[in-house]
Amino acid sequence: MLDRLVNFFTSLRLTVVCLCLAIILVFVGTIAQARLGLYAVQSDFFRSFLIYWTPTGTHWRIPIFPGGWLLGLLLLMNLLAAHIKRFKFERRKIGILMIHGGLILLLVGQFVTEIFQVESQMRIEVGDTKNYSEDSRKNELAVVDVTDPKSDHVVSIPESLVAKGGDIRTPDLPFTLRVEKYFQNSFVAGPMQVQGDTIKASEGIGKRLFFNPAQMTRRMDDENEPAVHVQALSDSGPIGDWTLSTWFTRYPRFAALQQDIGGMLPGLSLTDPQSFTFKGRTYKIALRPVRYYKPYSITLLAFHHDLYPGTDIPKNFSSKIHLNNPTAGDDRDILIYMNNPLRYHGETFFQASFEEGDRGTILQVMRNPASMTPYIACLLVALGLLVQFLSHLLSFARKRAKQTKPVVARTAAAVPLMEPALAHGKRSRL
Amino acid sequence: MKKWAPLIVVAAFAAWFLGGMAPPQPKDGFDIAAFGRLPVLLEGRVQPFDSVARNSLLSISGRSIVRLTNGAPVSALEWLLDTMARPEYADQLKIFRVQHPDLEGILGADKAGLEYYSFNDLTNQIGSLENQATNLLAKEFGMGEDAAKLRNAYQQDLMHLYNSMVLYNRLKNSLEPEGARDFRQELQVYLASIGPGKVAIEQTDEGKPANEQDLERIASFFKRYDEVSRFAYPLIIPPLPGQPRQAWSNIGTNLMLALHTGELNPAATNYAAIATAYRNDKPADFNRSIALYRVWMQENDLYPFLKKGSQEFFFNQIEPFYKAMVIYIAALLLGCIFWINLSEPIRRTGFLLLVLAFVIHSTGLGFRMYLEGRPPVTNLYSSAIFIGWGACLLGLVLERIFRGGIGLVVAGFIGFTTLIIAHHLALSGDTMEMLRAVLDTNMWLATHVVIVTTGYASMFVAGILAIIYIVRGFFTRTLAPETAKALGRMVYGIVCFATLFSFVGTILGGIWADQSWGRFWGWDPKENGALLIVLWNAVILHARWGGMIRERGLMAMAVFGNIVTSFSWFGVNMLGIGLHSYGFMDKAFPWLIGFDISQVLLIVLALTPPRYWASFKDSIPPAPPATPPLPATPSAATS
Repeated sequence: MLDRLVNFFTSLRLTVVCLCLAIILVFVGTIAQARLGLYAVQSDFFRSFLIYWTPTGTHWRIPIFPGGWLLGLLLLMNLLAAHIKRFKFERRKIGILMIHGGLILLLVGQFVTEIFQVESQMRIEVGDTKNYSEDSRKNELAVVDVTDPKSDHVVSIPESLVAKGGDIRTPDLPFTLRVEKYFQNSFVAGPMQVQGDTIKASEGIGKRLFFNPAQMTRRMDDENEPAVHVQALSDSGPIGDWTLSTWFTRYPRFAALQQDIGGMLPGLSLTDPQSFTFKGRTYKIALRPVRYYKPYSITLLAFHHDLYPGTDIPKNFSSKIHLNNPTAGDDRDILIYMNNPLRYHGETFFQASFEEGDRGTILQVMRNPASMTPYIACLLVALGLLVQFLSHLLSFARKRAKQTKPVVARTAAAVPLMEPALAHGKRSRL
Repeated sequence: MKKWAPLIVVAAFAAWFLGGMAPPQPKDGFDIAAFGRLPVLLEGRVQPFDSVARNSLLSISGRSIVRLTNGAPVSALEWLLDTMARPEYADQLKIFRVQHPDLEGILGADKAGLEYYSFNDLTNQIGSLENQATNLLAKEFGMGEDAAKLRNAYQQDLMHLYNSMVLYNRLKNSLEPEGARDFRQELQVYLASIGPGKVAIEQTDEGKPANEQDLERIASFFKRYDEVSRFAYPLIIPPLPGQPRQAWSNIGTNLMLALHTGELNPAATNYAAIATAYRNDKPADFNRSIALYRVWMQENDLYPFLKKGSQEFFFNQIEPFYKAMVIYIAALLLGCIFWINLSEPIRRTGFLLLVLAFVIHSTGLGFRMYLEGRPPVTNLYSSAIFIGWGACLLGLVLERIFRGGIGLVVAGFIGFTTLIIAHHLALSGDTMEMLRAVLDTNMWLATHVVIVTTGYASMFVAGILAIIYIVRGFFTRTLAPETAKALGRMVYGIVCFATLFSFVGTILGGIWADQSWGRFWGWDPKENGALLIVLWNAVILHARWGGMIRERGLMAMAVFGNIVTSFSWFGVNMLGIGLHSYGFMDKAFPWLIGFDISQVLLIVLALTPPRYWASFKDSIPPAPPATPPLPATPSAATS
């Protein structure tokens, strides 16, 4: 039994089958992007163990194909098992060892990246300073105690908790938050579009601006804009209720919406904080992209958007920033531009985009503990392939040189690299 | 004689190529080529008028010359000169290509050949075409770049015609206002009216009575040149000393500027003289004005631009890729003939021709790199050129080692096919276009892009070798066992080569992405395409090492490699999504499908048992009475 298991996991057949399945997966996953969008394909096809099929009109989830993680895991086990079973250090095999060592490193590194990578954005207008970046997808319900003018006290509740509904109590807050209604994605409704399921609030922006539920989007270039209706309750009764949404906090949504409603609801500013006072303390409340605070701050000194002469083809985007980190003693100017990011404090800042009219820059901020693995893996595999194929070529050339006749009856140049694997399974007749 | 015949044939082809380097003769006394060398700024780069002419004509008519109704050819450059300086003549030339029957139905005029119309043929329908086009554009407003991809065949053809007419109109206003009778004279009048005009304007501003005639004259000039400035296509007026080097302007803008400075730019007066001489059929004046302009440019620090214009003109003139393509066909044919009659002089001629084609191809590639100041591959067009070049090099090496005519056929076939593909890709416009911000890095273009493209080239070489094996083995009796073995070795070796390049190239792409977007791998279609090639190579190699395939299996898998590679090279761009969708070509889609079907048929052939193969059926021992007994379980086999 154990023999069979070992044979299964060390067989070249498993390698070939898994690679073929991977080819189908990658192909279908590429074609499907046109319909489903990159983000959905990534999570359904590549970052999953199984791909499910849901027949229309049902809620079944029938697994129909292995996902990227399962195939990656199988290939990794196959690779490790084969090398452990047959490991024998020979000079002839050093190339093979390097190739497969590099592949293992690449696969493990990508797995670590998938799990631990944090992606966020830092949006700064020219002249402004920021000390946090915002997550591109995850949101939080933030209650900020702003009574002390010197420092804010932030209580952050993840959106996943808000989505569950009900009462949220935390020892950090002297009141309870009750989620009355929550839409995973929403659109702004005009006063005439009020339907059964609409969020209205009795305080703040939500008094005048209503929200209806919208279909969940899974496209890469389109994000869900959740809306929630929360009520703050004290022991003695309700304090007030508000509509919170990323429509008010996520760029460029609020900018576009502000422009849209400008004429219809004069005097309403989406960026005005919604706040209340309770027991002598003032609180601001918002649903906003999760913030990652840094122990340093970045000021945008200038943003440049260069074009080729006589065209509107972009030639370069660059951000001149000032970095200030009192604890580390860093106080300097830095230029970030295309293909030239800033690496600082375990994070990398890339020139990603810019605000309309070149008013500000948008930097992509990545934290990836495995960012070095592809570099090492690439080097290992490339060297391994080179060693392996060059040694073949050399032995081929040497044999040829010996022969007086042109190449005729000689065994194939393909000296089987994994001879032991030939031992089992029938030999193909093709 | 047999010894010399190959050299004579090759010398003839070489002479044909070298003959193309001689400077073109003046036509009716006009030194058209001298005009074609003059530099202008367009699409963000300095290029000669000749390139403007070729690219414009290609995009309007899909051809590189114009045919008169009597069949005589007119070069793109002459056509451009006529369009700019003698529009009423150019209006009769049949250059507008219309393909959709419904559109032909509306136009209904006489056309040249099957599908060409002149501007005059279209004048009655301009209003209707413009209406349809603007309605379509209005409907698509706000849909972004996706809109163009959703157009149906009629809409595509309509927009192509509309855009061609817009381009044509812009060209007409590029050297002088359309239909100017004597532009040189006009500029003198303009210069004389600037002074009095400015006085008149000042007087009006101060509320004083002004000379009505001066005011009116300057206003009408202003209106005229303002219009030209909005239409003019290439920026033909170079920067003056002291101005930034990219500060080119078009003729209209430049003339409006003269209102402030009170004097005309010498480039504008020179161009006016050139245009007027051409219109009035004065070759001597035309040639002298061009010479004077060149002298003026040299005296004003503009020599580098002149040099760039002349070099690119020369590159256009020698047509290295077209000539290499013709020689590739010759080499391909000779390789096929060699398989039938096994005559060594034929093979030798083919080999020498291939060397010649390779030299010409390399010259073109190197010249392009020099002109652009870039590594060889910057867009889809240059990737086709480069794949052909790489495949030719591999074919030469194979032919040198194995001497079976196989290298000739492989190199000839891939060289010819990729250059044809490149020719069709060039129809979409300037092939030396500027690179968008993220691509503007020679380091990554030189490493990632070149290596991945070399991987494509070697995949195609392996695939074509496999096709030779299948076609020769199945249909003919020429595939001797030793040739078959040699082919097997070649395919295996080249798959190894392709694995190395595809893998390294793909990973380098990931590292580039990590450098510029902060993620190593994003499952973008182009990345996936490259990954597919790597995975497929891994499958081939492991299946072979594991004894799952032998010779015919290897061939079938190598042919499938053609499908994988064509998907990665072209197919993913047709999805129209992702960060790499830099060349959307739905017109190529039926070709790609046709190619894939042909490859599938070849794979089916490869998988038929040897007894059906013309080359193998005699060498198989009589069929055994039954299938040989196989081990019942895999575990039994391992023991």
